[in-house]
Amino acid sequence: MKIYRSHVLICGGTGCTSSGSVKLLDRFAQQLKEHKLDDEISVVKTGCFGLCEAGPVVIVYPEGTFYSRVTPEDVDEIVAEHLLKGRIVRRLVYHEHSEVPNHSQSLNDIDFYKHQTRVALRNCGVIDPEKIDEYIAFDGYKALATALTEMTPQQVIDVIKESGLRGRGGGGFPTGLKWQLCAKSVSDKKYVICNADEGDPGAFMDRSILEGDPHSTLEAMVLCGYAIGSDEGYIYVRAEYPIAVKRLQIAIDQAKAYGLLGENILNTGFKFDIHIRLGAGAFVCGEETALMSSIEGRRGEPTPKPPFPAECGLFGKPTNINNVETFANIPQILLNGAEWFRTMGSQRSPGTKVFALGGKINNTGLVEVPMGTPLRTVIYDIGGGIPKGKKFKAVQTGGPSGGCIPSSLIDVPIEYDSLVEIGSMMGSGGMIVMDEDNCMVDIARFFLDFTVDESCGKCTPCRIGTRRMLEILDRIVSGKGEEGDIEKLETLAHAIKDTALCGLGQTAPNPVLSTIRYFRDEYEAHIKDKRCPAHHCKDLLHLEITDKCRGCTACARVCPVGAISGEPRGKHHIDIDKCIKCDSCISKCHFDAIIKV
Amino acid sequence: MKSISELEQIRKATLERINLRREDKENEVRVVVGMATCGIAAGARPVMMAFMTEANRRGLSQVTVSQTGCIGMCRYEPMADVYLPGQEKVTYVNLDEEKVRRIVLDHIVNGRPVAEFTIASAQNEINRGNKK
Repeated sequence: MKIYRSHVLICGGTGCTSSGSVKLLDRFAQQLKEHKLDDEISVVKTGCFGLCEAGPVVIVYPEGTFYSRVTPEDVDEIVAEHLLKGRIVRRLVYHEHSEVPNHSQSLNDIDFYKHQTRVALRNCGVIDPEKIDEYIAFDGYKALATALTEMTPQQVIDVIKESGLRGRGGGGFPTGLKWQLCAKSVSDKKYVICNADEGDPGAFMDRSILEGDPHSTLEAMVLCGYAIGSDEGYIYVRAEYPIAVKRLQIAIDQAKAYGLLGENILNTGFKFDIHIRLGAGAFVCGEETALMSSIEGRRGEPTPKPPFPAECGLFGKPTNINNVETFANIPQILLNGAEWFRTMGSQRSPGTKVFALGGKINNTGLVEVPMGTPLRTVIYDIGGGIPKGKKFKAVQTGGPSGGCIPSSLIDVPIEYDSLVEIGSMMGSGGMIVMDEDNCMVDIARFFLDFTVDESCGKCTPCRIGTRRMLEILDRIVSGKGEEGDIEKLETLAHAIKDTALCGLGQTAPNPVLSTIRYFRDEYEAHIKDKRCPAHHCKDLLHLEITDKCRGCTACARVCPVGAISGEPRGKHHIDIDKCIKCDSCISKCHFDAIIKV
Repeated sequence: MKSISELEQIRKATLERINLRREDKENEVRVVVGMATCGIAAGARPVMMAFMTEANRRGLSQVTVSQTGCIGMCRYEPMADVYLPGQEKVTYVNLDEEKVRRIVLDHIVNGRPVAEFTIASAQNEINRGNKK
């Protein structure tokens, strides 16, 4: 096997691919050839590094130099300077603060990584996801080999139980218990399903794991099959994740070629097969019963529980269904033991959790922290705080099923139970950060709009109830709110929570309830004073030119509807009847003279 | 069909190939070859390749070979620094492939720096020459 003196890792996750990392790959290959370095240096396409904000990302080992926002032209310079002559291209080195660093910044020096503990993401950005050998090099399939040869199925379940691992898809149900229930069911056929139907707006944890380390999920599914007595598994993944689907298929083919999947795995006589099913992007199909209907080829609609999937699931057989991130933890737990897993995270929620950071935050990307880490660490130390020096207002966790956590609760530890206590939830791990310019009523309206769209329509509370709530919210943000609207919203919300058929409906009112709980004053300002405190809702504000105006006429020239008038060098003013509040004038004004009231 | 021992073989072989990316670097031996224009012109590339092939041949997976720029003593090129865990770095000068093989065996494997190739001995020679 060939040894290289240097490895160039290029991120091939969805984020970096869309910012052009594929072009870099070709350019590196061509440049290395030109400089006759292709024998000494290998170029590897990896999964997501997590710092999507700075993409495309390139890391050069052994130095561990972290280059960000690399363009094809920069590649020539990296090859000529760094790889040929050993001079790091400082200009391109990622730096968190405004000064350019004078030393090579390696991954672990960066604040963004320093506070993280990577378990589920341990191989993402480290291995080439399209090469099974690299996964094996980092102890891949070792857990499977150990389990199949040295452990009984019950022992595998016991380790998972002792580890205290809870489902990472959002509910937080103990994984070991789930496996135990399914193992106990008696049947001629059982199924293992991996839920990769990640549908929350702004969430991409599962996608990154599948793109960066697909074998960890496969290995865990085989382990699960062994533990519960199943020989067939399905991965239900969104068709919108083409890179993940492609790498999964490559991984399945490679694992089969190595005899790690299929008949007679590792010569132990155990067999397990995995199929991929593509979802068409319906949010409700992330709900387990709807997901199973969809795999069976029926309409993606939920069914009442019980019976639970562990008794009667896919094709009427006992089925164990876990989310991608849950599976990604399994091989590590078996390798390192339940004790090791419990050293991370909190008492009630051991281990780590991956979050997708988005919204008004400096470091948009993927982070993995121990459970119980305070929100403040994630937002400020890892996320790098709020852009443009704005004030942090709230963070939305759990997607459309979760709620908002206000700035006053920023020191709350992130774990399943503490988040539920404050009216939000862990969810699958989306974290959308909001600053002072976000209107909380509008945020609630946005998420409700999403669930109304995605409601499958099977049960009345969800189909009609959420729509009525949305109508009330629409009224409030357009300045037609009435006294008593808040109470009406609350009544409806509680009724829907109590009566909806599935998780989608039962959690749909959460964004509204949590924003009412923490930002009631904003609702009241909209309804009573017809005012949006964040100056966001267009119907409740108008633009005004203050005395700072120097009469430069820039605003009048940019206004698309001719609503601004005034003499040159004299104060201008806006005709609020004509104004469409497009904000063009605000961005054009050099003197900050135009304000929203 | 792979057996468990084959799995272990793949693991070792691949790890050797990609171990530059491992994060635990406590036991690491680092060889840093000067690869600026002066070094390359003096023949640093074959020297570096010799370090790599030699380490590879002996299965020294804890050795990483990397490169650096010019450290200002261009007349001693090709140069290389060898860092053993817990020891001070040793700087070798005027290297060629033959010398590299001795350094890998004596210094990296057996822990005895090759005094006659180091920068100190080169400096002493110059001092002696000056006295004459």
